[in-house]
Amino acid sequence: MKLRTLALLPLLVLAGCKPTAKEIKIGVSAPTTGSISATGQSAKNAIALVQDEINAGGGVQVGDKQVKVRFILEDDEDKPESTATVFQKLINQDRVLAIVGSYTSKCSNAGAPIAEASGIPVVSPWSTNPNVTKGRKFIFRACFIDPFQGRVVAQFATSKLKAKTGAVLYDVASDYNKGIAEVFRDEFTKMGGKIVGFETYNTKDTDFSAQLTKIKGSNPEVLFLPNYFNEVPLQIQQARKLGLTAVMLGGDGWDNPELVKLGGKVMDGNYFSNHYSPDIDNPIAKGFIAKYKARFGLVPDAAAALTYDSANLILKAVATAGKADSKAIRDALAATVGFQGVTGNITYGGGGDPVKGAVVIKVEDGKFVFDSAVNP
Amino acid sequence: MSTQPQPEHTAPPPEPGQSKVRFWMVCALILALALPLQLSVDAGLFPDVLNPYYLHLLTIIGMNIILVASLNLLNGYLGEFALGHAGFMAVGAYTAALLATKALPSAAALPPVLGTCIILVVTLGGAMLMAAGVGYLIGLVTFKTVGDYLAIITLGFNMIIVNAIQNMDFVGGPRGFTGIPKNTNFLAVAVCALLTLGLLRNLIQSSFGRVWVSIRENAIAAELMGVSIARAKNWAFTIAAAFAGLAGGLWAQNQQFITPRSFDYIKTTEILVMLYLGGMASLSGSILGVVAYTLLMELLRNLLSTFAPQLAEWRMLISPLILIIIMLTRQTGLLGNREWRWLRPRQGA
Repeated sequence: MKLRTLALLPLLVLAGCKPTAKEIKIGVSAPTTGSISATGQSAKNAIALVQDEINAGGGVQVGDKQVKVRFILEDDEDKPESTATVFQKLINQDRVLAIVGSYTSKCSNAGAPIAEASGIPVVSPWSTNPNVTKGRKFIFRACFIDPFQGRVVAQFATSKLKAKTGAVLYDVASDYNKGIAEVFRDEFTKMGGKIVGFETYNTKDTDFSAQLTKIKGSNPEVLFLPNYFNEVPLQIQQARKLGLTAVMLGGDGWDNPELVKLGGKVMDGNYFSNHYSPDIDNPIAKGFIAKYKARFGLVPDAAAALTYDSANLILKAVATAGKADSKAIRDALAATVGFQGVTGNITYGGGGDPVKGAVVIKVEDGKFVFDSAVNP
Repeated sequence: MSTQPQPEHTAPPPEPGQSKVRFWMVCALILALALPLQLSVDAGLFPDVLNPYYLHLLTIIGMNIILVASLNLLNGYLGEFALGHAGFMAVGAYTAALLATKALPSAAALPPVLGTCIILVVTLGGAMLMAAGVGYLIGLVTFKTVGDYLAIITLGFNMIIVNAIQNMDFVGGPRGFTGIPKNTNFLAVAVCALLTLGLLRNLIQSSFGRVWVSIRENAIAAELMGVSIARAKNWAFTIAAAFAGLAGGLWAQNQQFITPRSFDYIKTTEILVMLYLGGMASLSGSILGVVAYTLLMELLRNLLSTFAPQLAEWRMLISPLILIIIMLTRQTGLLGNREWRWLRPRQGA
């Protein structure tokens, strides 16, 4: 009998969590536990920074009065089913006006239908899969999508490095790698280059000598490796051993300190595209990085920078809309032009994917150094 | 990992026929509550008390009850340690998703309520058939093995299923399956969960169920009595897989997005935790285990975010701790080998 009475307790507590008025609430769905909890931690830090910044100035201007902002962060454990629950809670129980999140594309794909059905605008900082925003009115993102990077690197290779011939070696079992590789091939050819090698391997392969020997035969000027940081150093080491002199290029999968730890000297002089670079010459980014460093003792990564931008995009949309109404915020977001963020300028051209630039980073003496910005 | 259950019938056995009436009364009561609940949430009545978030939790509880109760068939009644339940769920989820998006017209093209019902019956039927087929094959392969070996083989099958889906481009591969229509709601899940419980309850009381329990208690003795162990096991695998497929089909059409990695061994482990929390060889335990686990996780989320937001990350540490304490104090789970009266076998029938 005791168990039966206990079973009623949760309902009472759930019903007791009533929303309080007179502040603007924005939800955050981030993986603060689970396999990518480091990303969730970056998100949490960036959100804390945004909240303190906006409330120190009295809050966000809504119509003729200033309203304080409260971010409600929930852990989605990097699981789609938990993300669905988190979105339900944020929307229906906390009554948030908008949501920042989620991070991985699989989680955003599970949360997006719920937000779309409830008419709550969502800005995902980190989901690069094109499907997340496709056919949806209320879902936006602050990052570029996967295929864009292929174009960025192709443009960098042809105009900056003046490369005429290029080769690609990529992981055929992963959609991320495959998508970027194919776009690079098409764009590089369109920009007047010639693809002399297009080789594949499978996730967790460690011997690439067969493919690299074949590539060596055609002696390309650049070799594009759109793979993750844990495999790239091995590929470059083997390529150099075979006498390949090509400049190595990569995508945001390279953005991890492990890259130079694993590769060492062999990584120097190579380039990769990324969302942002900590030493980019941009006053907003400089201010953000200084504040972040002072408060958390860390250099912010791309996830932190993109979270900061996503939250500010929403706050700006609230101010533009002039009322605390999700539909109006969505319309203001969709009409965003030239928003100046840490990761560059963001403009929404109709859909939920931003028109924004990328940066190219050079590896020098084991450090990531900003090389150039590429705008579409 | 087979358990040696201690029968603990505390209450006096009920009169013949009484439990059947009780069962139908409970089913009727749950449906009588579920229907107005679904309708009023859809209509947006009383948004503070009846909000879609709670309904979402109840929907998840319903789907998990189907999963845990069907795994109980293998791990509780048959006494095996099967570790591949999420694999069957994946088969069901992808089958239902494919049927709903590629083969069937959208619900909008059909008459409103009836159309959704037809779609659900077809997709869930397909999901159960497909999962049952896979379960039958796995049962064929595993009939010679017991204990830890069976655990490894079923775990292997779970991995094979997940990896195979990851390499199929037409279902989205590693990126997942997007754009599944939302055909499932709480009411559909409640009906399916009750049907599952009713069917399993009757099966367990039938000669099938007694054969399974006899294999668990003493396989050699059962074989001496003329029980075909291979066939009985194969039936258990097929039936359990079919219900896992049903849960998967509901899951896919509720979440509208599925990804192969949601169905890996971590999901299986979660089902196992709920099963052991509730208790083996008890359908009541399966229900209570799911309800306790789901509410514990969500309650902690709500309590922490309301009263101690700085502790929110400790949720994943506090909840396993509570589970450990429960398991230490109640070693057969909350309701191991005991049944609520409405689910209890008819005595003397």
